[in-house]
Amino acid sequence: MKRVLMICAIITVLTTVGIVYVLFSESFSFFQQVSLWDFLTDTKWSPISTEKHFGILPLLSGTLLTTFIAMIFAVPMGITIAIYLSEYAPKKFRYYIKPLLEILAAIPTVVYGFFALTVVTPFLQGYIPGLAGFNALSAGLVMGIMIIPMISSLSEDALYAVPKSLREGAYGMGSTRLQTSFNVILPAASSGIIVSVILAFARAVGETMIVTVAAGNMANLTADPRETVATITAFIVNMSTGDVPQNSIEYQTIFAAGVTLFVFTFLLNSISFYIKKRFQEKYD
Amino acid sequence: MEKLSIKEKKLEAINLNVFYGQKQVLKDVNIAIKANTVTAFIGPSGCGKSTFLRTFNRMNDYVEGFRKEGDIIVDGKDIYQKMIRVEELRKKIGMVFQKPNPFPKSIFENVAYGLKIQGIKNKKLIEETVEKSLKQSALWDEVKDDLKKSALSLSGGQQQRLCIARALALEPSILLMDEPASALDPISTSKIEDLIWELKQKYTIVIVTHNMQQAGRISDNTAFFYMGDLVEYDETKKIFTNPEKERTQNYITGRFG
Ligand SMILES: Nc1ncnc2c1ncn2[C@@H]1O[C@H](COP(=O)(O)OP(=O)(O)OP(=O)(O)O)[C@@H](O)[C@H]1O
Ligand SMILES: [Mg+2]
Repeated sequence: MKRVLMICAIITVLTTVGIVYVLFSESFSFFQQVSLWDFLTDTKWSPISTEKHFGILPLLSGTLLTTFIAMIFAVPMGITIAIYLSEYAPKKFRYYIKPLLEILAAIPTVVYGFFALTVVTPFLQGYIPGLAGFNALSAGLVMGIMIIPMISSLSEDALYAVPKSLREGAYGMGSTRLQTSFNVILPAASSGIIVSVILAFARAVGETMIVTVAAGNMANLTADPRETVATITAFIVNMSTGDVPQNSIEYQTIFAAGVTLFVFTFLLNSISFYIKKRFQEKYD
Repeated sequence: MEKLSIKEKKLEAINLNVFYGQKQVLKDVNIAIKANTVTAFIGPSGCGKSTFLRTFNRMNDYVEGFRKEGDIIVDGKDIYQKMIRVEELRKKIGMVFQKPNPFPKSIFENVAYGLKIQGIKNKKLIEETVEKSLKQSALWDEVKDDLKKSALSLSGGQQQRLCIARALALEPSILLMDEPASALDPISTSKIEDLIWELKQKYTIVIVTHNMQQAGRISDNTAFFYMGDLVEYDETKKIFTNPEKERTQNYITGRFG
């Protein structure tokens, strides 16, 4: 039995190492043909046109634009829900609603994507002139809905873990429930909440189906949420499903984009890991 | 014990019964506490001291299944009446807990907290109050140079004096203390005892303690509880030298509990 467990562990580690190896070796060949400088500063991305450009910025901006829309929507919502659940909701309600939130997080993202494309976009087009059929706004908003459960569930855990003695201290000085929540409990749980936000951010950056389905696939250096954009993930999907010859430069762009994404989420995860480690023990 | 006139009574419980769900934890308790005295609540673990203390600022309101019969009177008012705003009440009644519970803020912010939630913005007034309260709680000299430091970086004894300062900043007239020194070393404990002795001039203090010597040293009157009953309530001197009830005698001499 012990052997089996060990083999499982080894397989996991080897797979990870393998992925990272392929990712880096393929992008190494890529960067022998395209300089890192061009990759980071060129404002056009057109690997399969006749006039090729390999600037990651349009994809990066697409990723960040949809992610920021999602965060602007999801962070306040998620934290408000967390505060409600931990400080106001009756115990019973909390007991039933938390698993429900987690189910929401388990809906396949392609479903969210179609929801964005076929419900949210037509609805918003009634109010926002110039909203493209594929746009960053709908994709971002729906991505926000997708990450709300993540933020609220993790934040709620952090709020709920704040010791009772702090609540009593605040109430004992004549704080109302609202004052206690915002002035004492929220700051006390801040590290957990920040971690939940960073993880949600990483999740949004790596999210693929929603943006592929609803944001379009047009590399576009813009900050206008009404426009069609392409994210790094959407690009990878489209490139992988098309037929580009292996070992061609077009093929290698997939890995260059992949490495960018990898570095990005790796950094985010490291930051959240650091915050967790650094600030966790404060209260026990 | 002397009979108190209505004016002298700062705190009073009349025929108080308290229940948690089905379980009765205080049984027909009657007590009257005089202004500017220190009263000690003693008794074995689980006898209801904390529960009783917390009825005076309604901290039990949040406990599921809490129910009470009888009245609690503070400054001549029944505090469980509908029209009483519990936040206002608690500003008048400071509370210090067993475990120091400073907020995760700076030392300064901790003491200023009470004023800030009342919407007081006057910086000078806040600064003066913070200084005054920290001086009162005998912490000023130790922290005056790093008021911006996190309160969590203080030692346990310092944190507890900070919590006292935090309560004093609201200028309450009553101070409820639930085993405030039980988690502290002897030096911090004696500092807090000295402090209580001084605060008596201005405050009515009720303190729960398991430390008989401490009760003897700092209190004017002592109430002995046993399984939800107030067994005996008298001058501390009398309770410790010549109690009326055998049960009190046994507890004080350490024969049980
Ligand atoms: N939140 C609660 N819910 C239900 N029962 C409680 C609760 N708090 C206390 N009790 C019960 O009420 C009784 C009195 O508790 P209380 O905390 O007032 O005792 P105490 O005299 O302060 O004890 P200690 O000296 O250990 O602090 C105990 O039997 C306890 O189990
Ligand atoms: Mg107690």
